[in-house]
Amino acid sequence: MCLGIPGEIVSIEEGEQLRTAKVRFGGATRDVYLDLVPDAQVGDYVIVHVGFALSKVDPEEAGSVFDMLRTLGGP
Amino acid sequence: MRYLDEYRDGKAARKLLDAIADATTRPWAIMEVCGSQTHCFLKYGIDRMLPEQVALIHGPGCPVCVTPVEIIDQAISLASRPDVILVSYGDMLRVPGSAKDLLSVKAEGGDVRMVYSPLDALKLAREHPDRKVVFFAIGFETTAPANAMAAVVAEREGIDNFFMLTSHVLVPPALEAIASAPDNRVQGFLAPGHVCTVTGYVDYERLAERYRMPIVVSGFEPLDLLQATYMLVQQLEAGRHEAENQYSRSVKREGNPQALAIMDNVFEVVDHGWRGIGVIPKSGLRLKGAYARFDATRAFDLEATTAPATESVCIAGLVLRGIRKPVDCPAFGSDCTPEHCLGAPMVSSEGACAAYYHYARQEAAR
Repeated sequence: MCLGIPGEIVSIEEGEQLRTAKVRFGGATRDVYLDLVPDAQVGDYVIVHVGFALSKVDPEEAGSVFDMLRTLGGP
Repeated sequence: MRYLDEYRDGKAARKLLDAIADATTRPWAIMEVCGSQTHCFLKYGIDRMLPEQVALIHGPGCPVCVTPVEIIDQAISLASRPDVILVSYGDMLRVPGSAKDLLSVKAEGGDVRMVYSPLDALKLAREHPDRKVVFFAIGFETTAPANAMAAVVAEREGIDNFFMLTSHVLVPPALEAIASAPDNRVQGFLAPGHVCTVTGYVDYERLAERYRMPIVVSGFEPLDLLQATYMLVQQLEAGRHEAENQYSRSVKREGNPQALAIMDNVFEVVDHGWRGIGVIPKSGLRLKGAYARFDATRAFDLEATTAPATESVCIAGLVLRGIRKPVDCPAFGSDCTPEHCLGAPMVSSEGACAAYYHYARQEAAR
């Protein structure tokens, strides 16, 4: 139920009531509502759940696990 | 896919497993709260690669599994009415009510439809103005803002044939119930990353402090869960009890303010029943104010019936509380399979029983 999939915003449509985007997940593109992440822009990655973007993926924080791995002497 | 594949790297996983093994000196029991996390642990076999001293206890984070049978019976009763289109997320259709499931109502001619998004349910209401469209709105905090949006749009557009049968539950009160139970074995929690994407984790800081238990907000990919487990074991070994955030690429401490605002506008917090667990105070959400008119229990004058207790060997309640493993159930894999289930954790894609079934864990749990 709480499945959230990261996808890239490829275009944004400013609707009369709801702001929607085309979001690409690998090979598939879906319509996604952006009301909960009003500052999302084309090129941002968003976590999508039941058709709504819940958050923007923070590209800096996305590397934190690899930073930790480096402290462990990793690749 | 970016932001998925890199968190499935086997070499990095090995390194984190080694780090966890090095850090572990004593037995620890940790609970991954969310069913998606349980599935990831089992799918990748991580549960078998962790040190034997780190025991995973599977949590109740499966909204389909904890939806009370009384509410499923209400959905079944609504779906049986000729004037109603009952709209649901797919997982709900094969969850047993007290006598049958929604799929069998559909087979008997009931108009039951699956949707991917709550706004698809609203679309059905617009397309069928002569019918009453009831959206079976279930979920944790992750789903509540999206379901709330359906009510907001329905109100704005004046759609008067749209209703919601809600079973919305909240994670922190459930963790509190687990932590405060006299027979609790859980020593630390891996908290659900998508719930915390919405809510943030200030409430989890309070829980960590009150119960002196470490909590790490975790993502859902193998490296996420391994890093979070490592962080949790480090806290346990050091005797710390803080709320930390592993899933920082999505979760902010204060959560998503837009999502929280819309939830707060549409829902109020109420006591709520959890299937297999019982009523947990202030653990549910109900439509409030101007949105209460969309509440199907009011609009259809549904009785809050109590389902008769039925004899069953199913131990779903014990599984949901982390007391027993799915393989401890005498019906597991024989009388209860995903195709014909006795309990909700076998049918939901997030249920612990389904995870054990799909990833071939018929052998005795360790």
